[in-house]
Parts: sequence; structure tokens; C-alpha cells
Amino acid sequence: MLRERIRTAGINLKGTLRAIRDSKVPARVVQSNAGLLGVALTGTLILVAVFAPEVAPHDPIAQNYDATNQPPSLEHPFGTDRFGRDVFSRVIHGTRWALGLGISILVFQILLGVTLGLVAGYYGGLVEAAIMRLVDVMLAIPGIVLALAIAGMMGGGIFPLVVALAAVGWRGFARLVRGDVKSVMEDEYIEAAEAAAVSDVRIMLRHVLPNASASIIVYATLTLPAVILQVAALSFLGMGVNPPTPEWGAIIEAGRDQLQTEWWISTFPGLAIMITVIGFNALGDALRDALDPKQSRPL
Amino acid sequence: MIPVLFGVTVIISSLIYLAPGDPARAALGNQADAEAIQEVRADLGVDDPIYVRYVDWLTDVLQGDMGTSIVTGEPVSAMIAERLPATLELSIVAMLITFIIALPLGVAAAVRQYSWLDTGSMIFAIFWLSMPSFWLGLILIFLFAVQWQIFPISGRADSFLTLEWLSYLALPAFAIGARRAGLLTRLMRSSMLEIINEDYIRTAKGKGIGSQAVVYTHAMKNAMIPVVTLVGLQVPLIISGSVIIEIVFAWPGLGRLLVDSVLRRDYPVVQAIVLVYSCLVLVANLAVDVSYTYLDPRITYD
Amino acid sequence: MKRGTESVADGTVADPILEVEGLRKYFPIQGGILNRTVGNVKAVDGVSFEIGDGKTLGLVGESGCGKSTLGRTVLRLHEPTGGRIRYRGTDITDASKAELKRYRREMQVIFQDPASSLNPRLSVGKIIREPMHSLTDWSREKRHARTVELVEEVGLGTEHLGRAPHELSGGQQQRVGIARALSINPRFVVADEPTSALDVSVQASILNLLNDLQAEYDLTFLLISHDLSVVRHSADRIAVMYLGKLAEVAPTDRLFESPKHPYTKALLSSVPRAGPERMEDRILLEGSVPSPENPPSGCRFHPRCQEYIGPVCEEDEPVFEEVADGHRCACHHYE
Ligand SMILES: Nc1ncnc2c1ncn2[C@@H]1O[C@H](COP(=O)(O)OP(=O)(O)OP(=O)(O)O)[C@@H](O)[C@H]1O
Ligand code: SF4
Ligand SMILES: [Mg+2]
Repeated sequence: MLRERIRTAGINLKGTLRAIRDSKVPARVVQSNAGLLGVALTGTLILVAVFAPEVAPHDPIAQNYDATNQPPSLEHPFGTDRFGRDVFSRVIHGTRWALGLGISILVFQILLGVTLGLVAGYYGGLVEAAIMRLVDVMLAIPGIVLALAIAGMMGGGIFPLVVALAAVGWRGFARLVRGDVKSVMEDEYIEAAEAAAVSDVRIMLRHVLPNASASIIVYATLTLPAVILQVAALSFLGMGVNPPTPEWGAIIEAGRDQLQTEWWISTFPGLAIMITVIGFNALGDALRDALDPKQSRPL
Repeated sequence: MIPVLFGVTVIISSLIYLAPGDPARAALGNQADAEAIQEVRADLGVDDPIYVRYVDWLTDVLQGDMGTSIVTGEPVSAMIAERLPATLELSIVAMLITFIIALPLGVAAAVRQYSWLDTGSMIFAIFWLSMPSFWLGLILIFLFAVQWQIFPISGRADSFLTLEWLSYLALPAFAIGARRAGLLTRLMRSSMLEIINEDYIRTAKGKGIGSQAVVYTHAMKNAMIPVVTLVGLQVPLIISGSVIIEIVFAWPGLGRLLVDSVLRRDYPVVQAIVLVYSCLVLVANLAVDVSYTYLDPRITYD
Repeated sequence: MKRGTESVADGTVADPILEVEGLRKYFPIQGGILNRTVGNVKAVDGVSFEIGDGKTLGLVGESGCGKSTLGRTVLRLHEPTGGRIRYRGTDITDASKAELKRYRREMQVIFQDPASSLNPRLSVGKIIREPMHSLTDWSREKRHARTVELVEEVGLGTEHLGRAPHELSGGQQQRVGIARALSINPRFVVADEPTSALDVSVQASILNLLNDLQAEYDLTFLLISHDLSVVRHSADRIAVMYLGKLAEVAPTDRLFESPKHPYTKALLSSVPRAGPERMEDRILLEGSVPSPENPPSGCRFHPRCQEYIGPVCEEDEPVFEEVADGHRCACHHYE
């Protein structure tokens, strides 16, 4: 039971639903300092990602051999790299890659995990046993190891990266949703729907899923930073986004050899990752507290 | 555990179907002659039906034969045997560091709830958790190896259990352990809090110092149950962390071999390493289950 | 053991719409390492009865005796473990999902807990329309018109249609549940303790509503309650259930005037009656209800029975048989 709680990040479904019905959630999120910080950081990040070309002073890919390896200055706040590219502009554009890839991967994870968890919880029995066994099996392989193997076997690049991380990350969603579905299935409106001969698919989509969705949203918000870290890690290892694309992990990897002399190249994208991760974690935490005030997070 | 392991082997052996085009050619490169490619194809069993391939591979693995590297021709088991100790050493020390940081800090934060220590441990946790481990590794190298030259930049000592050994191990193990300690500190704190607030502890608190000590020992033991659970969940995370950190610190472990083999398309090696990692996770899970029975006599596996 | 468990529907009810014969529903109990079935909760264990067309059968018994399970199994919301269910002469015990859909149109259910039986994420209007959507081919306009008609009929207004269930009171929620059940004009309705979750002040109005609707739509009810006084005014006949089995069935007046089964007598003595209460007449039920997983041998009521007549009660299971016209009882005392 405890394992279950840790894996599902301590989300309490029934309490969460009650809170949604109060629909004071947005107000409660910004009530705490952490929530305010989360909203501010993630809001800024999203704006930066959307308006990256406007925010960035330079072309993130354009090389300039007259201004290579320059330390931070007014012209180049984060300095330049060995090709004379403006690191600040690269980090700004990196927001797009981080959020874009992170969210796309998350969407695939949710589609896969929610579908399997929903089917497992709804049908129970052998179907459930088979799906949950698959989850157990997948959980026995460390995430990065499996992701590396999948992305590597597929030859590296963006599409393999998405496939690999989606294949690794759906497990948590499946577990969470399956538990929630089983609890929703105990409610009598499910039986009422069965008594009205409502089709299985419609029961799942109209009755079960909406009542299990609150915890999915919280869990997704808390998973996004983890996915962003994984994307950066795989790119750093050369199994994800490749240079000259301004992806944070790839920028760090490219500046790695110059750390002693041009420290700024690798330092700033790392800070950008930290800020992003802190922002989404704070938002997720505040969301959970707002949705279910009684449940405090073991972090 | 056995059925799970069995499932893992199915997934591992199907990894090769993800490879685009001819896996043999991908591994050997375009210049390779047709004969060599044919040989590797036969070795990989590419042309056999799925189940034949799987059964062949599994029988070999069960007999301890993990095949040979496509790239170097070395037996895979020898390659793994050479690298495994380095990874185990790194992971175990990283785990120790996690505990050395997290247990006292978590307990202290719980006992002095809302003090500067509590807030500090919270900030500490968030800080480490949000840092990409490879980046942390680079920063550590930059500060402790390049600037202050306290520790060597990278690599692994030839000696064992010496000061030199420790100096090479310190940075990579800390880079993995500190990150995990962030989470463990918070968990230790909340699980300790839960127990401290139970009635019998409150009563003892009122009675004075002597009984307090006894009770806190007892509370610690109870608080360990969720911690042990977390340790079980940490093992795959520590392993995941070690893969990246091995690259950053040029640590000659399994993780580096994995990344190298993935980049070289050395399929037999990749498959074998994934299998070994999964076995480590499963063994750790088993150990966790066993330690439950020690910590909480009520839990039995009948 | 076998003796007497499966009594036969013997046509004591004229023109039955529902005939149930030896119905059983066991819930497996899982345990051990491999999640093997280690036992069964025998929630319904060999029950037979009929309900006449347009009539109300009251089903009473203590909490946990299997009333809800019986009601749901009859509707095939649970898969029966054994026995037969006939609806209007057709055996629906093994009907497939597709075949069942035909009968769902005529058989509906009203639940005990109105809060839990309404999907919190749907509006009242959508909740009421759901059965029409899945069970009829009515046009959108017709479904909407029928919804408006229904809310008024159950004593709500059109202003409630857009609301979420939690914005309604318990009584109003139960009215929504009733409107949903009646939306497709069913003939047979299982009402599972429709008032027990409600304030005493609204219980009577809901029961009256059900009575009115029955008259208007010519409905047949299986009215479940743990309280004899609730079914007394609505039911034509009453079935008394104990630990998965029927103890006694009789026309309502007859049951109240001359109960046969000791359990029925005990239940009746706790019902407040008009007139001066005679304390010495009260029979107190001793002990708690035994577990349906491991029911007592012989007559299941014997550990609590005040008329216990000897070892036969512990050894032989009494047959559920006719003691008078339309009056059946399972007790060695009356064999
Ligand atoms: N889905 C189920 N799985 C396992 N056991 C069940 C299930 N549903 C009911 N039971 C068990 O079957 C027995 C009868 O339950 P049921 O709900 O039918 O009783 P009831 O007479 O309706 O009680 P109440 O008055 O409390 O509603 C109980 O012991 C209950 O625990
Ligand atoms: S059979 Fe015996 S124990 Fe059972 S009710 Fe009749 S008298 Fe009581
Ligand atoms: Mg009930």
C-alpha cells in the first residue's frame, strides 16, 4: 500500500474530486508561496518558448567567427561558443525544445499509460493481470537504461527519443490510472450506466475517466520536469537531439570540453534546466495541495 | 520475480527489431564485406523466426553464454565481468552517501519541525532534485578537480580501499548520491513526523528524557519501513544515475560500456547489459522484501 | 445440505412478470500467494420468488443479508452463480450482453445512495438522458422533451437540468435517480432502499412519488428495505430474507397478521405499532448476523432463534414451502 502511495505520488483521488467541485482550485494554487513561484516560473517559461524568436537577440544557429568564445557581456549576456553563437539565444530557443519535446513525450506517455490503466482497471481479471505484469516487467528495467537501448537501437535522433521516453514513462500513468479506475468503479453510477446498457467504451470515457482525471493532471505536471531532465540527459549522451540544434543537454555536452576556460557555455543551460524543473515541480505540488489540502507531499 | 525476469528477457530480445535496416550492416559499417555481414546476421539470428531467435538466445544466456561482441569479437560475459565491479562499487558508495546525508538530516528536520534546519533541508532537497546529474558532475569536476584540485578529474584508481581509490570515487558517487539524498531526506522527515505524532510517542515525550531516547529508537525503526521501500525504488534510479555519471567521469563501468555499445550498435552487448541491470533491480527488490520482515514482524509472506 | 435449497416457483402468483428460481450469487474470496479462491461469500444462496405484473414485492432483511445482491443479480448486473431468472416467460439467466440490451429497456434500478449513483461530472439533464441515449432510437428532440416532462413528474423543475448533482439535496438527487430509471418507460424497477439514505422528512414524499408513478406507469417494483414499516404501505407481498435465503414470503396483510417464521416475528416486534405498546411482546434478536462466508448449519437462523425446537434445526435445512395460500416459510416448526 505504501509502495502504491509513493508510486502514485500520494495523490488522493476522492479528496481531489471533492476539491475540484469546489472549483476554487486556481485561487488556492496561487495562495501558497510555492504555488505562486510555480505559476510565475512556468508562465514565464511558456511565454519565452512561444516568443523565443522575439526574445532572443541573435539567431541561435548562426555562426560568427569574429566573436568566438566570448565571455558574458551586454551584447552576449551568456557569452558565445566556439562557433561564435550567442549562448543566451541558444538557451532561449532551448526552452522550445525542452517544453515541446517534454510535452509531446508526456502526451504519448499519457495516451499509452491512461489507455492501458483504464482498460486494466475497467475489465479487471486476466486483462488486468496481463497489463500489470507488463508494468512490473518494465519497472524492472531502469528507465535510462531502457530508454538508451531503445533510442540507440532505433539509431538516435528526435523520433527515437520520443518513442524511447514514451515507452519508459507510461508505466507510472498506467499504475495510477488503474488504481483510480478501480476506486471509481465502486461508485454506483457505473452500475447505473451498466443497467442502461451503456457501451463499455462510453462508460470508460464518459463516466470513469472524467472522474479519474484530477490525479492524472497532477501526476502529469509532476512528471513533466522528470521528462525534461531525461531528454537533456539522452541528448547529452548523444542519443537525442543533435547539435547544432539548441537543446539544453546538447549545448551542455558541446561546451563540456571548454568548461575550464569557457565555463559559461555549459553553465547557463544547466541553470535553465534547474529553473524549469523547479517551476513545474512547484506548480505540481501546489496543484496537488490545492486539489487535496489534507494530503501533504512526502516531496 | 522469475516471471518478471522472464518478461524482461522477452523485451530485451525484441529490442533488435527496433533497429532500422540490417542490424549487421549497421554494426559493421558500409565497408564491411558481404561474408562478414552474413556471418554476423547468422550470429544474431536475424533471419530466424522470432521465437527461434528468442529461445536460442535464452538457452545461451541460461548457460552463461551471452554471445560475442559484434565489434570486438570478445565474449560479452567477459566484457561485463570486467565492468560490473566498477558499477557496483560506484552504486553502493552512492547509496551510502545518500543515507549518510539523508537519515540524520531527515530525522533532524522532523524533530525540529519548521526550524531553519527543516527549511534548509527542504531547499537542499529541491535544489539537488532539480539539477541534471550530468551537469552537477561537470560542475563538481570544474570546482573540485580543476579549480581546487582536491580530487582527480576522472577515471578509476587501480587500487582498492585506499585513499587513492576513495579520491577517484568521491566526486562521481557524490554526484549520484546527493541527488537521491534530496528525496530521501524529505521522505525520512515525513515518515518520522507521522510516527512522532502517534500517541505513545507523545506520552513518552511528556515523561522525560530517559523514555524519550527509548521511544525514538523505536520510532526510528518504524520510520525505516517506508525508507526501506524507498530504497527499493531508489535502486533503479541510482542505476539510471550511474549510467550518466559514468560517462561524465569516464568511470569504466557497465554504464559506459552500455553507451559505447549503443553508439556502436553492438546489439549482443546492449542486450546483455540491460539484462544485468534488470537483475540488479530485481535482486534489490527481493532484499527490500526480506528486510520488511525484519523491520515489521507483522508482515509475512505466506 | 441439498435438501430444500432449491425450492420451485410454484405459480402462487398469478401473471408473474419475474420468476426467480434457486438463484445463487457467490463472491469468491481471494487470498494466499497466488490469489487463489479460498472461500465464497454466499450473498444469495438459493432464492425463489415471483412478482406479479404491476405489483410490488417488498424485500426486507438486516443489513448484509444479500438484498442488494439479489436485486442486482435479478437484473443481471451481477452474473448469477446458479439458478434461473425468467422475465415475462423468457429465461434471461444466460442471455448475452446484446440480448440483455432488449431487457434493459424494461428493467431499471433505483439506488440506495443517490450521491454515489449520479456521476458528479455530468449535469442532471445528461444523467437523465443517458438511458434514452443508449436504449432508445429516439431523436434528440424527443429525448430532450421527455427529460423536461420527467423532471416535472418527479417534482423537480427545468432549472435543475443544468446543475451538477452535488448542487442538489439528497431528496432531489434521489428524484433525479428516479427520473433516470423511468426515462425509458420500464415495466419492472428494482428500488434498492430508495429512502434509507434520506432525511426522515423526505422519505415519505419519495415513497409517495414511487406509488404515484407506479399507478401512472403500471410499474412492477421490487422494493428493497431493511425496514418493514417502509414496505408495509407500498408492497402487495413481502419477502423476508435472512443470510442469503428467504425465510418467509406472504401477502403484506397476512405477514403482519400471522407471521410464521420466528425471524419475521422478531422483525415485526421491533416495528412500532399504533396503539399501546406492549413491551412483553417484543422479541429481541440476540447476537449479530453470522458471516455469509460460513453460514450456520441446518437452519441458518438457529443460533438466534427463540423457537428453536431441537437438533433438527441444526442438522437439517428447513424446506421453503407453502404453509397457506400464497404464504411460504422455511422453518421446521411449520413443516
Ligand atoms: N462485490 C462484492 N464482492 C464481495 N462481496 C460482496 C460484494 N457485494 C456484496 N458482498 C457481500 O455480500 C453480502 C451481502 O451484501 P448486500 O450488499 O447484498 O447486502 P444488503 O442486504 O444489501 O445490505 P445493506 O442493507 O447493507 O445494503 C455482504 O456480506 C457483502 O459483504
Ligand atoms: S427451523 Fe428451527 S431454528 Fe430455524 S427458524 Fe425454525 S425453529 Fe428456528
Ligand atoms: Mg444494500
